[in-house]
Amino acid sequence: MRTKEVGRPLDRVDGRLKVTGQARYTAEFPVEQVAYGVLVRSTIARGRILAYGTKAAEQTPGVLAVLTHENAPKRHPTKEFDPSDKEPSASPTTILVLNTDEVSWHGQPLVVVIAETLDQAEEAASLVRITYAPAEELAKLSMLDQKTEAFVPKKVLNEKPEVTQGNAEEALAAAPVKIDHTYTTPPYNHNPIEAHNTLAYWEGDDQLTVYDSTQYIFGVRKMLSEMFALKEENVRVVSAFVGGAFGSKGRAWPHVGLTAMAAKVVGRPVKIDLPRKDMFYMVGGRTPSEQRVALGADAEGKLQAVVHTGLTASSTSNTFAEHFSFVTRHLYASPNFLIQQKLVRLDMVPNTFMRAPGEGIGTFALESAMDELAYALNMDPIELRLRNEPEKDPTMHVPFSSRHLKECFALGAEKFGWHQRNPQPRGRREGPWLIGQGTASAFYPANKRSAEVKVKLSIDGTALLQSATHEMGTGTATVQAQNAADQLGLSVEKVRFEYGDSLLPKANGSYGSTTTITVGGAVELACEDLKRQLLRLAVKHPSSVLHEANYDDLEARDNGLFYKDNPTRGETYAVILAREGKENLEAQASFPPFLKEKLEEMAYSFQSFGAQFCEVRVHEETGEVLVSRWVGVYDCGTILNDKTARSQFLGSVTMGIGMALWEETHWDLRDGRIPNASLSEYHVPVAAGLPRIEVYSLGIPDPHTPLGAHGAGEIAVTGAAAAIANAVYHATGKRIRDLPITPDKLL
Amino acid sequence: MSFSIDQILRGDIPRVERPPAADPSLVPVRLRVNGQDHDLQLEPRVSLLDALREFIGLTGTKKGCNQGACGACTVLVEGERVNSCLTFAIMHQGKDITTIEGLGTPDALHPLQAAFIEHDGYQCGYCTPGQICSAVAMLKEVEHGDASHVTSDLMATDVQLTDEEIRERMSGNVCRCGAYLGIVDSIRAVYEQQKGQ
Repeated sequence: MRTKEVGRPLDRVDGRLKVTGQARYTAEFPVEQVAYGVLVRSTIARGRILAYGTKAAEQTPGVLAVLTHENAPKRHPTKEFDPSDKEPSASPTTILVLNTDEVSWHGQPLVVVIAETLDQAEEAASLVRITYAPAEELAKLSMLDQKTEAFVPKKVLNEKPEVTQGNAEEALAAAPVKIDHTYTTPPYNHNPIEAHNTLAYWEGDDQLTVYDSTQYIFGVRKMLSEMFALKEENVRVVSAFVGGAFGSKGRAWPHVGLTAMAAKVVGRPVKIDLPRKDMFYMVGGRTPSEQRVALGADAEGKLQAVVHTGLTASSTSNTFAEHFSFVTRHLYASPNFLIQQKLVRLDMVPNTFMRAPGEGIGTFALESAMDELAYALNMDPIELRLRNEPEKDPTMHVPFSSRHLKECFALGAEKFGWHQRNPQPRGRREGPWLIGQGTASAFYPANKRSAEVKVKLSIDGTALLQSATHEMGTGTATVQAQNAADQLGLSVEKVRFEYGDSLLPKANGSYGSTTTITVGGAVELACEDLKRQLLRLAVKHPSSVLHEANYDDLEARDNGLFYKDNPTRGETYAVILAREGKENLEAQASFPPFLKEKLEEMAYSFQSFGAQFCEVRVHEETGEVLVSRWVGVYDCGTILNDKTARSQFLGSVTMGIGMALWEETHWDLRDGRIPNASLSEYHVPVAAGLPRIEVYSLGIPDPHTPLGAHGAGEIAVTGAAAAIANAVYHATGKRIRDLPITPDKLL
Repeated sequence: MSFSIDQILRGDIPRVERPPAADPSLVPVRLRVNGQDHDLQLEPRVSLLDALREFIGLTGTKKGCNQGACGACTVLVEGERVNSCLTFAIMHQGKDITTIEGLGTPDALHPLQAAFIEHDGYQCGYCTPGQICSAVAMLKEVEHGDASHVTSDLMATDVQLTDEEIRERMSGNVCRCGAYLGIVDSIRAVYEQQKGQ
């Protein structure tokens, strides 16, 4: 019997190009006459521009143009990304930089310098002088200082900002065992190693081509078509190889529109490749947060009250309230809930989604609190979680489509050796190192978006799959080729997948761990349509062995359609097509099929789960924390490719460790400057200092999703910081409720 | 100038050298990259990285931070690893420069390139050329007996390439996707293979 392609640890289909330097990322296309753009940042957080000194820049050799709001062509306002739109624009903000003299954040691009070479553009940009009239009122830069101004936003993503069930505060007061604490998380930046960059050129006045490092091609197209009043089909956006994204490339930051504008002004292709420093100032990061979690339990550890409230920040020019409270709406059972999110507006670059937005920071608070409650109850923290497993989603009141958190903890505990752990804090020491172990639940939704897929089967036994989805290292290119191969009964080498271009069938942005199910579902539907077409062709002919076949009697196998109960009886696609004199056959499908999907969405709660286990070593004299072991077990449905999914889990845990121990974007609260806007001072994880991370997946299919799959790109970030904080407490007896867990907090 | 997605995904994009500008302030610079001489007209301030990417059209070497913090731009100069963003092109005339394109091709992979594919030592692939160039030179350093920060016996001539040693020696190359385990395993596999020979 033929092995299925789905599930195989197939090497990445784009691997050879990547390891040999032949994969072309955005800034690397050899377009003739390309000019280079460099942006000049604002150095105040709030105010107006009084004057520009651009003469020296203009006189620099090689300079083609110096654009400010005084001479830049006007563009049209664009709509901010709105998750309730069917096809939202990728714009992170409604502000059109260089259309206004208003400064809304430190680092806002104010001037574009375009020159023949990059060095000339950089030199000229360094010579621009700007005089400002800073706002009389102090810039708002500290979320905590602005607490009194916090308000409840209308929506948090597409959900209500508040959920109340019963009376949580009363139940909390009455609970025999309770904890009530505040947890804070700092701003973070994504820092993909390929910076955000854009290369744009015009053909005539109405044809725009943009190479852009984006994870949302059609959102970029929509934004640019609005900005330049173009028909959407006159804008081509290409994003084939993307050098990491992690959410930041889900939005088209100001440089995208500015590149297109600059290309129009100089009448040549222009590229803007953001310097690393600009990546902190012109690309939004993860919001800071302050969260209160209060848990009340009865003596058996059953939760009686769950309170999760707090605030995050957005900018004065966007509205994204990061959904830290979503995890609490679905993870544990309780008769009483009080969940509420507030928002403050700061004079900062618009914030955005960063790998596991919402749940990344929300699980730090909730899962630290669960550990604190376990200690208060003198109960094993896994046992506490198991005692609060809900039968149904505790706030949506519908069954889970699939939930195997218990199995995650069981397998993880066994692999980690959890039950040998002495729960007493400060119980293990090796020289100056205190050793502790911690655990936490992981949680991330299994959402879907929309995608169209076209599949074309040729008589030579090859298939071409097309969809304008994205490959940022997530494995999409590989796993969807595997998926199509199985749907059509071909070997994977016979399937070619084209993605990353707005000329292909439309797909939604690749974020929120939605691409596997969404594109996977569309592939499944398109292939089904194709197979039904093939069958219709065959049944017309009495000579065909499929003449009397029903679709449900057949399966795709060995390059054709065969009876399920008689493996030798059937016809190859080549035979079916040849009989019709056809070279090929096409089908196109959209996911989700509207009605069925809507009903299913309402009938179930779709979530992924996991259990994180870690061991830390804390140096008693220096406060240094090292993660020495990691075991993670995840419940993400069917795994399409063990190799690429494993890398997603490993990479997520790594980012979670960075979030817990090293990463933090500092803001100078006087003027909004970011003193550590570089990779030497914003510490992302490197190979040294990381353990040999072990990850496992349950692989239990979700009966209600395409292929039984869930996305796997974010779940393993969630719970990671809490597992570390819990292990640090176990090692030292010190509870750190403020990320990152730096040595100063432990001394 | 327009490229089809088919071409892009097959890696079928030509290398194009930037035509020399008619500017008398430029200086001639001859760089020998992957065994081939390239005659360029450059400003002396052009970094080796920009010379490779923007002038010679060898875009396999990546720009990540332009300040020597991420290692994406690592190339080999006379066999040693160098952050090409931190050095001027004009300083490297007459030296043998090797970039990722010179190590192997899609049809004839260098053992480390093959190992990175097998062990999934990457995700997005952007830091990968720098990782691989760095690893090539690092294995030579080990062969040469160079100690690292974590080498316990500084006098030993035979370095034991433990995971800890690999991790320490590769920590100048940042992978934001977090493919470090695959990177370590790729390097170990090639090291064992070379040792066995």
